[in-house]
Amino acid sequence: MKKQSIPSSEITPKSLYLSRREFMKAAGVIAGGLTLAACGITPDGAGDITGSTATFPAASDSVDTPNTYEEITNYNNYYEFTTDKTGVARLARDFKTTPWAVEVYGLVNKPATYDLDTLVKKFQPEERIYRLRCVEAWSMVIPWVGFPLAKLLADVEPTSEAQYVRFESVFDPDTFPGQTQPFYPWPYQEGLRLDEAMNDLTLLATGLYGGELPAQNGGGLRLVVPWKYGFKSIKAILKIELTSKQPDTLWSAIAPNEYGFYANVNPQVDHPRWSQRTERRIGETGRRDTLMFNGYGEEVAYLYDGMDLRKNY
Amino acid sequence: MEHKGTLTPDKARPAALAISGRKLLRPFIHLLGLLPLFHLAFLWLTDGLTFNPIQFVEQFFGRAALNLLVVSLAVTPLVTLSGWRQISRHRRALGLYAFLYFSLHFLTFLALDYAFDLREILRLVVEKPFIIVGVLAGLILLVLAFTSFKVWMKRMGKNWQRLHKLVYLAGGLVILHYALAVKGSLATLSGDILKPLLMGALVALLLILRIPAVRRFVIRFRQRIFA
Repeated sequence: MKKQSIPSSEITPKSLYLSRREFMKAAGVIAGGLTLAACGITPDGAGDITGSTATFPAASDSVDTPNTYEEITNYNNYYEFTTDKTGVARLARDFKTTPWAVEVYGLVNKPATYDLDTLVKKFQPEERIYRLRCVEAWSMVIPWVGFPLAKLLADVEPTSEAQYVRFESVFDPDTFPGQTQPFYPWPYQEGLRLDEAMNDLTLLATGLYGGELPAQNGGGLRLVVPWKYGFKSIKAILKIELTSKQPDTLWSAIAPNEYGFYANVNPQVDHPRWSQRTERRIGETGRRDTLMFNGYGEEVAYLYDGMDLRKNY
Repeated sequence: MEHKGTLTPDKARPAALAISGRKLLRPFIHLLGLLPLFHLAFLWLTDGLTFNPIQFVEQFFGRAALNLLVVSLAVTPLVTLSGWRQISRHRRALGLYAFLYFSLHFLTFLALDYAFDLREILRLVVEKPFIIVGVLAGLILLVLAFTSFKVWMKRMGKNWQRLHKLVYLAGGLVILHYALAVKGSLATLSGDILKPLLMGALVALLLILRIPAVRRFVIRFRQRIFA
């Protein structure tokens, strides 16, 4: 087991999010409840802890209970392995996520290659419970362990020309059967605008449920951008490049009219072929209404002020 | 043992073999038709329905409908290739199995996936090309299943043949529905498009084998080899 800054062996959802609250209280980061809302938790009985419910405004009108470890680690979209969501865990079993190193370069003053242990020591991962909304209209609630990407970016000092961040994943057809298919422009790559990347919600995840980040969930290191469709949250990151031009992304190269650069969760803008109005939370039978920005509008809506989100899908 | 009392001339033996072959063919066809249901029951009993069981079952029935439709479309070309006419008697059963799985697919969509939320369902049917295409294919299968019985065959005469040619259109629509449902693109031929492409190629091949000129060529070729 890797050392995490918050050792947590608790896997029961309730105690997990309670411990998260305790942590935030201790760390003094309850900035107007913004961070908690970021975690996507509605504070039922939050008054028990703080004596005031005012510090815990609801991110949505429903309680988000994290999905089980079983669900999160056995229902994965990871086309490098297979398009079969239940088959990923089996195929990823032999994929080594330690040691892991990520190279940060491009328009920065201090380019560097970090290994995972250094990242964990330096940036103190914390637990964050986020909703994940897949573009295929299913969703989960996942207790990640990670640190804000902003911390890493601050460390390499982006130059004034840097406007975008490009992420690149693994390429090795011998390890990834899916990469022998000619239908994808491998390796997987993704991108964010620099201000999106600097937003406090944007996480580099190093763990799950207090433990390591399993290979099928994107270990060694993955991105988590909870207000965007899941495919933006690139797995197994090897390279992070600061650029001045909007980077190409794998899915928008495949179908530019269907998967845009922004890919913000938006119930009003359908995928051209299917509806995005509702979603099925894994573990539930009914459908839920999909929330604008996946319910994180308070934290991120300002990033898109004045933009036509129908055009910039 | 010798059965002296019965008259069994040697000539009758091949005929008896053919009859038993025919007898075996029927249960085989039904086994083929019910195989997806057995498979699903097995997956259900072994916790194999994934953590998103509604979507899994919905897609499972869809794939079963497509597979059975392709098998039923393969009957005539198979007769052309093999000369084994007996199979063509079972084309209707295979087509009806395809319709059964389409019905289960559609019911799962209505009842389990959208809990009979008629407003949302109607919106989807009207708005989403992928659902429209599926609904069109389903309507064709419904009409063909309804008129598949001998009564209708007799009543409609030549028109029956014409009507049932629509099965080719249904095949094409089902493939299109499949290709539009996955995360990939027919336009750029990329993404998760391999399986729809292979199925499309298979259906195209089956249709080519029905072109009269191709068919005559295949039959002549076969007869020359096995003459």
